[in-house]
Amino acid sequence: MSLAPGVPMAAQPAPSLPGRGHARMLRLPRSLKIRVGLGMAVFFTIVAVIGPWIAPYNPSASLSTTSGVPQPPSAAHWLGTTQVQQDVLSQLLAGGRSTILVSLVAGAVATILAIAFGVTAGYAGGWLDDLLSMLANVFLVMPALPLLIVIFGFLSRTASPNDVLIGLVISVTGWAYGARVMRAQTLSLRGRDFVLAARIAGERAWRIMAFEILPNLVPVVATSFLFTVIYGVGTYTALSFLGVISVAHWSWGTMLYWAQSAQAAQQVHIEWWWFLPPGLAVGLFGTALALLNFGIDEFVNPRLRAAGLTGRPRRARPDRRAGRAGPGGRPRPDRPRAAAGGAPAPRGGQAA
Amino acid sequence: MRLVARRLALYLVTALVAITVNFFIPRLMPGNPVEAAIGQMRSRVTPQTIAALDLQYGLNTRLSLWGQYLHYWHQLLHGDLGVSFSAYPATVASVIRAALPWTIGLVGTATVISFALGTLTGIAAAWRRGSWLDSLLPAMTFFQAAPYFFVAILAVALFATKLGWFPQNSGYDTTTLNPGLTWPFIASLIDHAVLPALTIVVGSVAGWVIGMRNMMLTTMDEDYVLIARAKGLRTARVIAYAARNAILPSVSGFSLAIGFVVSGALLTEIVFSYPGIGYVLYQAIGSEDYPLLQGIFLVVTFAVLAANLLADFAYAFLDPRTRQEG
Repeated sequence: MSLAPGVPMAAQPAPSLPGRGHARMLRLPRSLKIRVGLGMAVFFTIVAVIGPWIAPYNPSASLSTTSGVPQPPSAAHWLGTTQVQQDVLSQLLAGGRSTILVSLVAGAVATILAIAFGVTAGYAGGWLDDLLSMLANVFLVMPALPLLIVIFGFLSRTASPNDVLIGLVISVTGWAYGARVMRAQTLSLRGRDFVLAARIAGERAWRIMAFEILPNLVPVVATSFLFTVIYGVGTYTALSFLGVISVAHWSWGTMLYWAQSAQAAQQVHIEWWWFLPPGLAVGLFGTALALLNFGIDEFVNPRLRAAGLTGRPRRARPDRRAGRAGPGGRPRPDRPRAAAGGAPAPRGGQAA
Repeated sequence: MRLVARRLALYLVTALVAITVNFFIPRLMPGNPVEAAIGQMRSRVTPQTIAALDLQYGLNTRLSLWGQYLHYWHQLLHGDLGVSFSAYPATVASVIRAALPWTIGLVGTATVISFALGTLTGIAAAWRRGSWLDSLLPAMTFFQAAPYFFVAILAVALFATKLGWFPQNSGYDTTTLNPGLTWPFIASLIDHAVLPALTIVVGSVAGWVIGMRNMMLTTMDEDYVLIARAKGLRTARVIAYAARNAILPSVSGFSLAIGFVVSGALLTEIVFSYPGIGYVLYQAIGSEDYPLLQGIFLVVTFAVLAANLLADFAYAFLDPRTRQEG
C-alpha cells in the first residue's frame, strides 16, 4: 500500500475527468481492514435481502404453548427460543432487513443533505455560509436521541411502521457532521486553479459544485456515508429498544426490547442465546463499517497506518507536502477531522 | 473570549430552536394522540388541569397559534412544564428534578473517567505506534459500535446476575436504607453506580482513544517535537509537549461527543433500572406521558448545552490563541 495512485484525491486535487477514476476504484484494495470490513458488510447486506425468506419459522408465532421458559439452542431451534417460544434465529433473520434498510436509508439521505448543505455553504460563502453553518451547528449540539424519541412518541405507535419513513426521520438528525466536514473541504478547494478556471469559463455555480468540486470530495463523502449508516443502525436499534417504534415490528432493537423486559421481569436466568445474537449483529455490522472507514482514513492519511501494515520503517518521515501544519507550524485544531481520521466521537452506535 | 461569545450565541440559538421545535411537534403530528390521552384523564383530574393541558397542546382553544406560542414561553419561563400524565398530580418539573441528580452524578463521573483514560491511552498508543495497543483498536471499535445498552445487558447478566459481584438494579439498597448522608447509604450508592459507570466508560472510551491517537501521530511529526527530542529532553517532557497541542481537538470535539454519551447513558440507566432521567424517560414512553417526554427533551438539551459551554471555557483556558483574538 504505497502512496501511489489512489491517494488523496482530496490532498492533491486534480481536475478529475469523468471516467478516469474507474479503473483504480475497481482494483481490490490491499488493506486488510478494508477487505475484512467489506466482506462483513456484504455478508450483512445479503442477510438483509434474503433473511426473511430463509427464516425457518414465522418470527412472531408461538411454536409451542407448553412452556413459559426460553429454551436453549437445539437442533430444531439453532438459537433457542424466547419466553413465548418464538424462534430466535427467525427473528434475527427477519429483523435484519428492517434494521439494515433503515440505516442505509438514513445514511444515504443524510449524506445527500450533507453534500447539499456543506458544499453549498463552502462554495457560496458570505451570509449563506453563515446561515447554513449555523443550522448545521444547531443540529450538531442538539442531542438527537431525545428529539427523535419525542418525534416518534407522537407518531402513532400502533400504525405499522414504515422503514423508509423511519430512515428519513433519523437522517434529519444525522447530516450535520458530514456537512461541516464537506464545507471545510470545499473551502480549501474553492480557490484552486481548476475551480477558478471553470468559473472564468462561465460555468454555472451548480455545475462547478457538482462536476468540479464533488468528485474531489469522494473520500469525505464515503466516510460521511459510513458514519451516518453506523449512526442510523445505533439510533434505530436504540429507538426500537426503547419501544418508541412499534414493538411488533421485528428488528434487532425490538428483539433486545423483548429480551430486556423478560430479563428485568425475572432476573434469575440468563438467556444469552436471546439477547446475544441481536446485540452482536448490531455491533458487528457497525464494526464492519468502522473498519471500512479506518481503511479509507489510512488510505487518505498514510500517517495513521500502523507500521506493521505498511512494512515501512517506524519513524519514516511523512510526506511534508501533505500540508498539515497551520500558520506558525502548529497543528491546526480546527482543520477537518474526518479527513485526518477518527473524529473525536465516531458516530457509531453512540446514540445507542 | 471571542470564541466563547460566539459559541454562547450558538447555544442560545440552539436552545431557541429546541424550544420552538418542542412546541410544534405535537401540533404537526397526524392524528393527535394527545387528545386521546387527555380524554382518558378527564375523569380523574380537575377541570382546571384539563383546561391547562388543552392550552398546552392547542386543543379546544380559540387562541391563535402565535398566542399559544407566547403562552408556552410564559409557562416555560416560569419553570412550568405541565403535569405528568403518569405521575399525576406531580408536575413534570418535580418528576425531572427528583431524577436529575442521579443522572448528572453518573454521567458526569463516567465522562470524566472516560475522557482521562481515553486520552492517556491515545497518547500511549501514538507514542508506541504499532505496539499491542494498536491491536486493541478493533476490539474497542466493537464496543463503540455495539449499542451501549447491549453492553449494559451483558454486564448485568454476567457481573450482577451470574457472578453476583454487583447489585442488579436501582441506585441504592431501597429495601433497608433511606437516602441521607450516612456511611451505609453512600457505600450502597457507590456499589450501585460502579457497574453502570463502567458500562458507559467502556462504551465511550474508544472515541477519545482514536481521536487522541490520530491527532498525536500528526503532532509528533512537528518540528518542535523533533527539536525537543534533539535537545535531549526526557521522554515524558517531549510527550507532554506534543500532547498539549494534540489534546485541543479532543476538547473542542467534546460537543459532538457529549450528546451521544448522554443518550447512551440514558439507555444504560434503563437496563440498570437506575433512578435517573433515562429510567423516567422509559416509563414516560411506556405510559404515553407526553408532557414528561417533552420536558425531558428540553432538560437534556439544556444540560448538553451547559456541558458544552464548560468545555468551551476549558478550551479558551487551554489554548492561548483563542484569548489573544479577543
